[in-house]
Amino acid sequence: MALSKQQWIFIFFVVLAGAVITVAPLPVYAATPTQRTFRVEASQFAYSPAILKVNPGDTVTIELVSKDVVHGLYVDEYGTSVTADPGQTARLTFTASKPGSFRFRCNVTCGAMHPFMIGKIQVGSNTWLWRASGLTVLAALAILIFQNLIPKTRGT
Amino acid sequence: MRSELTRFPFVKSLLKNRWPQFLVWFVMLAGFLFAILSGFFGTPVGNRNFGIVFVWIAWWAVLILVAVPFFGRGWCSVCPIPLPGEWLQRGAILNPPGKKPHWLNLRWPNKLRNIWMQNMTFTLVALFSSVILTIPKVTSIVLAAMFFLAIGMSIVFERRAFCRYICPVGGFIGLYAQAAPVELRVKDKQICLGCKDKPCYNGSEAGYGCPWDVFPGGLTKNTYCGLCMECLRTCPYDNIAIHIRPFAADLEKPSGRMDEAFKAFIMLGAAMIYAGVLLGPWGKLKLAAYSVGSLSWFGYAAVFLAFIFGLLPVLFLGAVSIGKVLTKSSLTLKKAFPAFATSLVPLGLMFWVAFSLSFVLTNATYIFSSLSDPLGWGWNLFGTADLTWQPYFSALLLPLQTLVLVGGLLWTARTAQKVGVKVNISAVPVILFTTIATLMMLGLLL
Repeated sequence: MALSKQQWIFIFFVVLAGAVITVAPLPVYAATPTQRTFRVEASQFAYSPAILKVNPGDTVTIELVSKDVVHGLYVDEYGTSVTADPGQTARLTFTASKPGSFRFRCNVTCGAMHPFMIGKIQVGSNTWLWRASGLTVLAALAILIFQNLIPKTRGT
Repeated sequence: MRSELTRFPFVKSLLKNRWPQFLVWFVMLAGFLFAILSGFFGTPVGNRNFGIVFVWIAWWAVLILVAVPFFGRGWCSVCPIPLPGEWLQRGAILNPPGKKPHWLNLRWPNKLRNIWMQNMTFTLVALFSSVILTIPKVTSIVLAAMFFLAIGMSIVFERRAFCRYICPVGGFIGLYAQAAPVELRVKDKQICLGCKDKPCYNGSEAGYGCPWDVFPGGLTKNTYCGLCMECLRTCPYDNIAIHIRPFAADLEKPSGRMDEAFKAFIMLGAAMIYAGVLLGPWGKLKLAAYSVGSLSWFGYAAVFLAFIFGLLPVLFLGAVSIGKVLTKSSLTLKKAFPAFATSLVPLGLMFWVAFSLSFVLTNATYIFSSLSDPLGWGWNLFGTADLTWQPYFSALLLPLQTLVLVGGLLWTARTAQKVGVKVNISAVPVILFTTIATLMMLGLLL
């Protein structure tokens, strides 16, 4: 099915809108960077607390306490990690320089569900989720409008 | 808009010849049996055991990221599980078929000629998946059970009854094969109508009758064709072709079957639940899913079943009903519901791709370490046994998942619109349903 000129123009504007949603700068909640310390308890196969929220630029210290076996904590994209022996506290300090939502996960084999021992650290707002949600709504609206640009044919 | 692959003599002879397929089968069967053995005799540490790593990370990655989206039932054409049973049934491995059927050769019961059993087996595996995915011995028991069940069914029933009606994997591969850009079809249906012996279905000196119990002349979608290539070998009129075609060509013809509709809900719902339970930060959910037999597990199982068989279909039914009211359609819900469920195929597939990207890229390191030390016995065959774990391409993961999910929504919404035109019912509420489902999946993964 060849697309009409009107449809091509529509697609162009949808792609343009998608590009804007993807890369447009979002308002930044400016907070003075501070020192944040979290005591995170690790036990098979969960972290507690499992969701940490900090502001961009904060210096984050995670005190990892293992309650049973040896556990690790690796922060995705930051590539930094720490390992805690049972009953011991290990410290990991890093600057939350990248905004967004990142998984942290156990990087020391700790039992059957080890690959799924996961927590989340949110640096500022989860901008990628907002952008992805915007793209989703745009996609749904675009497809609904696109339908109206197709000449009507009778259903079978 | 189709291009025939089998018009190239090299491709055709490669597919018709039994040896290339047999060699792949041989390697797959060896790997499969080794995976079973490694579960029983290797380390109990899942991410160090060949069975877990190669089945649930390597094979799963190939299956869901490559094989199903691009080759449909391509995996079924080389799957090792039905082989020994089929060889027993035929009394031959590569020899030309014998005249007499071996063993009982019973017809599969008419009442069970649907994919409800596959829906049940997949749901059963999914309910226990936290244990199956992580404990090598349990993986081996499940694989061995499938293996011996396939053998047993080949002895009792004709053709590949296990693949067609029981295999928990085959059910969803069939569903998503409709989206693949590859198909096996006849070139000219008139030739099939004039063919008296139907060797493609009944077998001949050149090959076996369709192991999938399909008459190729009647094929209109990929769901039940296992791409075994027997009909390519038996057709005396050279009337079978493998085509490259547009993605999702089968979805132009909405399904009218409730079993297929529920397969779509099972897959969509399971992907969402896995994304929350396995990849989310909620430890209590993981523990509930893992503690099989405990009160918390029963709670998890109840929510799992209620979500898949209750909430999702009921909301979807509501969406279809609203669409029906909007267009004042006289089509019954019994027909409209499965027809619109067809449109969930691309979304479900993309949900699984997005889920698997995260799971596979995070755990791919284990493939290399397991290659060197498949049984966890301290070997270091290729020098990669002690490779430090690290996730791959984690910076690309979120953009990739977003692309896949938004693309899936576009694909599914467009399919819903086409279904809507066919059944003369507004697709807007269904598109709203799929948009909300996509937003939920984004929330779970990002």
